[in-house]
Amino acid sequence: MIRSQAVLIVVVAVAVAFPTPAAAKDDNQNSIGSFLNELPVEVHGFYEIRSGYRLRKDKYEKDMSVMETRLQVDLASYLDWADLKVRGDVIGDMVEEQADFDLREANIFTRPLDFMDLKVGRQILTWGTGDLLFINDLFPKDWQSFFIGRDTEYLKAPSDAAKISLFSDFANLDIVYTPQFDLDRFISGERISYWNSNLGRLAGRDAIMGTDKPNQWFRDDEIAARLYKNINNYELAFYGYRGYWKSPGGQNAARSQAIFPDLNVYGTSIRGAVGKGIGNFEFGYYESDDDQNGKNPLVNNSELRFLAGYTQEVGRDFTAGFQYYVEYMLDYGQHKDSMPVGLDRDRDRHVTTVRLTKLLMNQNLRCSLFTYYSPSDKDAYMRPNINYKATDSLALEAGANIFFGDYPSTFFAQFQNNTNIYVALRYSF
Amino acid sequence: MTRYIVIVLILFVFMLPGLAAEPNNVPEAKSAVQEIPAVNTIVNKANMMAYYQGRDGKAKVTMTITSKQGQKREREFIILRKDVNDGGDQKYFVYFERPADVRRMVYIVHKHVGLQKDDDRWLYLPALDLVKRIAAGDKRTSFVGSDFLYEDISGRNLAEDTHELIETTEQLFVIKNVPKKADTVEFSYYNVSIDRKTFVPMKMDYFDKQGKLYRVIESKKIEMIQDFPTVVQSEVTDMKTSSKTEMVFSGVKYDINLDEDIFTERYLRKPPREAIR
Repeated sequence: MIRSQAVLIVVVAVAVAFPTPAAAKDDNQNSIGSFLNELPVEVHGFYEIRSGYRLRKDKYEKDMSVMETRLQVDLASYLDWADLKVRGDVIGDMVEEQADFDLREANIFTRPLDFMDLKVGRQILTWGTGDLLFINDLFPKDWQSFFIGRDTEYLKAPSDAAKISLFSDFANLDIVYTPQFDLDRFISGERISYWNSNLGRLAGRDAIMGTDKPNQWFRDDEIAARLYKNINNYELAFYGYRGYWKSPGGQNAARSQAIFPDLNVYGTSIRGAVGKGIGNFEFGYYESDDDQNGKNPLVNNSELRFLAGYTQEVGRDFTAGFQYYVEYMLDYGQHKDSMPVGLDRDRDRHVTTVRLTKLLMNQNLRCSLFTYYSPSDKDAYMRPNINYKATDSLALEAGANIFFGDYPSTFFAQFQNNTNIYVALRYSF
Repeated sequence: MTRYIVIVLILFVFMLPGLAAEPNNVPEAKSAVQEIPAVNTIVNKANMMAYYQGRDGKAKVTMTITSKQGQKREREFIILRKDVNDGGDQKYFVYFERPADVRRMVYIVHKHVGLQKDDDRWLYLPALDLVKRIAAGDKRTSFVGSDFLYEDISGRNLAEDTHELIETTEQLFVIKNVPKKADTVEFSYYNVSIDRKTFVPMKMDYFDKQGKLYRVIESKKIEMIQDFPTVVQSEVTDMKTSSKTEMVFSGVKYDINLDEDIFTERYLRKPPREAIR
């Protein structure tokens, strides 16, 4: 939270330090007042109540999966030289029995040159072609919010970064510099129980994962780049990333803390019309820099990741999407040799996803189902959701997060006891 | 959000449903009574009037949807349009302002007139910073939950219907349009009344498979803007659902020299000032 405040202060300070030309011209004793007059602020947001329960007894977690009220306030101001934006949530969280503030955005956007955009500060960042699967999008995710049934927008956690975008006829380039590593809000046991391989059992609040994370400013930094071009509306992109595994990618020698080893990613993607629908393909080479040869059992091996997807409208107001995703571990022999028997992983992990979305009642009722199914892990995760817009400002929502699988340690099956249903009411303004 | 996904388009500005034209495919009218042009000429002129005024343009659109029970819902967005070539492909940029939950969402459409090529569509969701590519959809689907259909707005390709001039009054040409593939649409035919002087389509009457009138679109108010006759208020009534939608255009401007780049990912992620002011 201290960092949130710091960012906010920086944004406001910079804004105040550069009054608009019009304000400067006035140049009277009341320059602050005229500055404020020049600063029409748009205020929007929503108020939300969300309540959810586990459907199965989980001895490591509370029965309530989510129980919170949330006020999001979104302030935007358009100056001659820049756009300012601050968006944050105040949350009364009854599961954690505390009030919280989550600053989602606090940034300055400007177009200093015809061919350049610049956005500095706290921001949400997304690129890549997957639908709820990410290869070259190495920006922070909030898996905890995702699994407990918050709105999908909370899957993306904010980054404190500078994004520079350069545009040309040849291609466009985005560079995102994050001076201090922004990790995922990963599953640590606080809200979601998980498979703890050290304990060899499920764990939750009894064994909240300790972490040792890179956190030195300007040394433990991240840089991500995307070079992209639209060729006849086929969107081609190349990606590069230098940073760290965003969720724990290993453990320290004492196996007491999760660590975030060095990671470099190189990838590409293409997306465009295929037949009646939209097809996409994405690839990424995950180079686990702290375990180049795969011999270190405490650090993730390098991987190749592939994704292919297709979406089509299959009926009136009815859309279906399908994806196939593979993680292929490199140096698998070294991994097998270095791991104790029984703790080694499969070489590949395959995941398929299906998204079905149907709109009813003049598109005011949306029914959707997103399903992950892994044929290799033999587990699945289903996300049914119904959203009804009672009026232009009031929406009612109900949904579930359903996990199942054959083995307790696989990616989705480990969350079986977290299977939950939720309802929500949101008033937007 | 996905409610906006389905549909696009928008060709609202300058709009008026109906007569998208493929001149070469329009059957020749048999005869031209004095001062009465051939059917294809009428149809072409109406199409140009409805969709291609100026090289580009901008408007703010306010839609009010009134249900049978009298409940009202509002949609408000700013639309920018640029013609790739006159009478042909077009690009649209739509910035949603209301309702609040879709505020700042952006829609870009590259409309292709060719029969074989689907429109390219993108949607930007600001809360996720997500650029989505939208699959081509059934064009007889509601636009943003209103009583206007995508096809009312983006224009129905004339090659899909046969056209006949069935009536000529002092003010209007009335053209009957019969679909060549009857099973792909819910109507059996529709009549369009076109103003003889301006060629603005004034009214469209849709008849169901039993031949009963069930849907009417009317141009309620026309203004001259930069010498272009422009429909600034129109209304669709659906007799089957007893629902209606009114659409009002304000701040209409033509020939504002929109940059081609506005219809690319750069501005999808961060709209130009033209789009939000």
